[in-house]
Amino acid sequence: MNLHEYQAKALFSEYGIAVPPGKPAFSVREALAVAAELGGDEWVVKAQIHAGGRGKAGGVRKAHGQDALEAAVDALIGSRLVTHQTGPQGQPVDRMLIEQPCPVARELYLACLVDRRHERVAFIASSEGGMDIEEVAARSPEKMMRLLIDPVVGLQAYQCRRVAFAFGLDAKQAAALTKIMFGVYRLFVARDLSLVEINPLAVTQTGELVALDAKINIDENALYRQKATEDLRDPSQEDAKDHKARQFGLNYIALDGDIACMVNGAGLAMATMDLIKLHGGRPANFLDVGGGTTTDKVAEAFKLILSDANVKVILVNIFGGIVRCDLIAEGIVSAIREVGISIPVVVRLEGTNVERGRALLAESGLHIIAAEGLTEAAQTAVAQAQTA
Amino acid sequence: MSILVNKQTKVICQGFTGKQGSFHSEQAIAYGTNLVGGVTPGKGGDEHLGRPVFNTVQEAVDATGADATMIYVPAPFAADAVLEAADAGIDTIVCITEGIPVLEMLKVKAVLAHHDAYLIGPNCPGIITPGECKIGIMPAAIHAPGTIGIVSRSGTLTYEAVHQTTAVGLGQSTCVGIGGDPIHGMDFIDCLELFEQDPATKGIILVGEIGGTAEQEAADFIKHHVTKPVVGYISGVTAPRGKRMGHAGAIITGGEGDAEEKFRALEDAGCAVARSPAEMGAQMRAALQ
Repeated sequence: MNLHEYQAKALFSEYGIAVPPGKPAFSVREALAVAAELGGDEWVVKAQIHAGGRGKAGGVRKAHGQDALEAAVDALIGSRLVTHQTGPQGQPVDRMLIEQPCPVARELYLACLVDRRHERVAFIASSEGGMDIEEVAARSPEKMMRLLIDPVVGLQAYQCRRVAFAFGLDAKQAAALTKIMFGVYRLFVARDLSLVEINPLAVTQTGELVALDAKINIDENALYRQKATEDLRDPSQEDAKDHKARQFGLNYIALDGDIACMVNGAGLAMATMDLIKLHGGRPANFLDVGGGTTTDKVAEAFKLILSDANVKVILVNIFGGIVRCDLIAEGIVSAIREVGISIPVVVRLEGTNVERGRALLAESGLHIIAAEGLTEAAQTAVAQAQTA
Repeated sequence: MSILVNKQTKVICQGFTGKQGSFHSEQAIAYGTNLVGGVTPGKGGDEHLGRPVFNTVQEAVDATGADATMIYVPAPFAADAVLEAADAGIDTIVCITEGIPVLEMLKVKAVLAHHDAYLIGPNCPGIITPGECKIGIMPAAIHAPGTIGIVSRSGTLTYEAVHQTTAVGLGQSTCVGIGGDPIHGMDFIDCLELFEQDPATKGIILVGEIGGTAEQEAADFIKHHVTKPVVGYISGVTAPRGKRMGHAGAIITGGEGDAEEKFRALEDAGCAVARSPAEMGAQMRAALQ
């Protein structure tokens, strides 16, 4: 789960990490009020979306004077911002962060994340922060410092000093960086985060260290003990279907093809998508219905799939493990009856009681094409999509 | 022969009297697993499924000599259950539970570094040596005793590999589902090492997926240390970047973990590669001929 920049910065403030003075605004009127409260005659207007690359996409603007502020907010609010991370539809902009401008001397990079290979929380730091950090990481990985944190003792001051002096900071700035890193680590652990990214971490012209941007991801597995953070979720930034799916315990991700898939198990669901592509088709979604494949769940899954107008064929691929195939077949048949499906449904069932399951599908009188084996299922679905 | 578990393995279940624990313990017993008891705090002294219930893992180990455990306790308590099993000296800890916070797993791994125990999972289907010992949620009927070692990050894809190796008449020595979480116990390399040493295992199927670099590291290990034929399959060729595909670990970030890169690494290591998930069994049979 992701947070907005303004939400992340509020958490930063709570943990002693310096951020520019600023507040969120949901309308032009609110933006003007925030600007008046901040004072001065220049502000930074930042579109709040759950994606990076806003700067290059025009989602971050400087405004001199009230008219310019009004124009900037008016142009962005209610629009959809397309960045290199959003996909062609972009993300809806319904709120701004209005901040005081910050005179920047240098841009650093600081991130805290879970390093899978070393099985540690790690800090990543670079003296070359800013908009091109991905290129820096790809081109000159030696410019990215990596510090592993021992979970027993946590972050140590010497690790912060190592970063500070590698950056060429003076003693006072080193102390400020140490404070920021300790704040980030405490925040990371207390709130069960999976990523904190500060890019840029600015050294201002007066020598202060300030987090100009803030990105936070939260470990979904820990939400049961992070209720306050769960309340910060913004469903408008998530695909509406992804969001609905989660409510039914389904795992759904929309793609842009025309063959919908319904599969049990995440690995098999990905493999099914790959198989469709291998045989010349295009998958319309990733959908894992999980272990307990009840009629209700299957019916919801069908509804979700059918809400995508591009879908021409549905491929159901279930490996019945603990759940018997005949029960799954019953679920599929009654779900198709309940939802009323007019496009072809190709079903591949395997596992316990598979013969009985296939017989039930055949006897249903519905437009169900039973396929034996993975390859046949994928080929049939692709052929159906081409003739539809 | 097999790896990690066999007929002699004495298994207990943590979360024994819960819904999941009861159901899968019953299945394990029906399969012939030597299930010697279980643990549910506060229910020590009771009997469940004809087996004794203990309050703590230490009591269970003292009374039964258990050397393996299967954990079905809910996510908020699962890390504690793993550490309890390790502290009581259990050799093989199988954690089926899904949804353990990653920071909990980091602590668990830091503690387990000081133990000899093998942890399988979490968020995994478990381990089975066909005909001898089933610890987990996999459907028993698709397995057949045989010669192929299977190691996989995904549950249902393990079943595919099992089903196919049974269908082509090879069967399985042992199947290990190492789980889909970013921080987990045994990895591909641990299992490859054991399969390489196991005389009953003639060939190995490795089922990977997008995210992380475990498959690339496994490929490097295979290149230098594995003499048996290995068939590799990777799911997620069509997965979009930056999205979590069901498993918490299945996410491609910053050029690390895409499926093509993993396929290439396996090919470079001399593995036979199944481009289709339907061909794992056929590829394995071809590799053995």
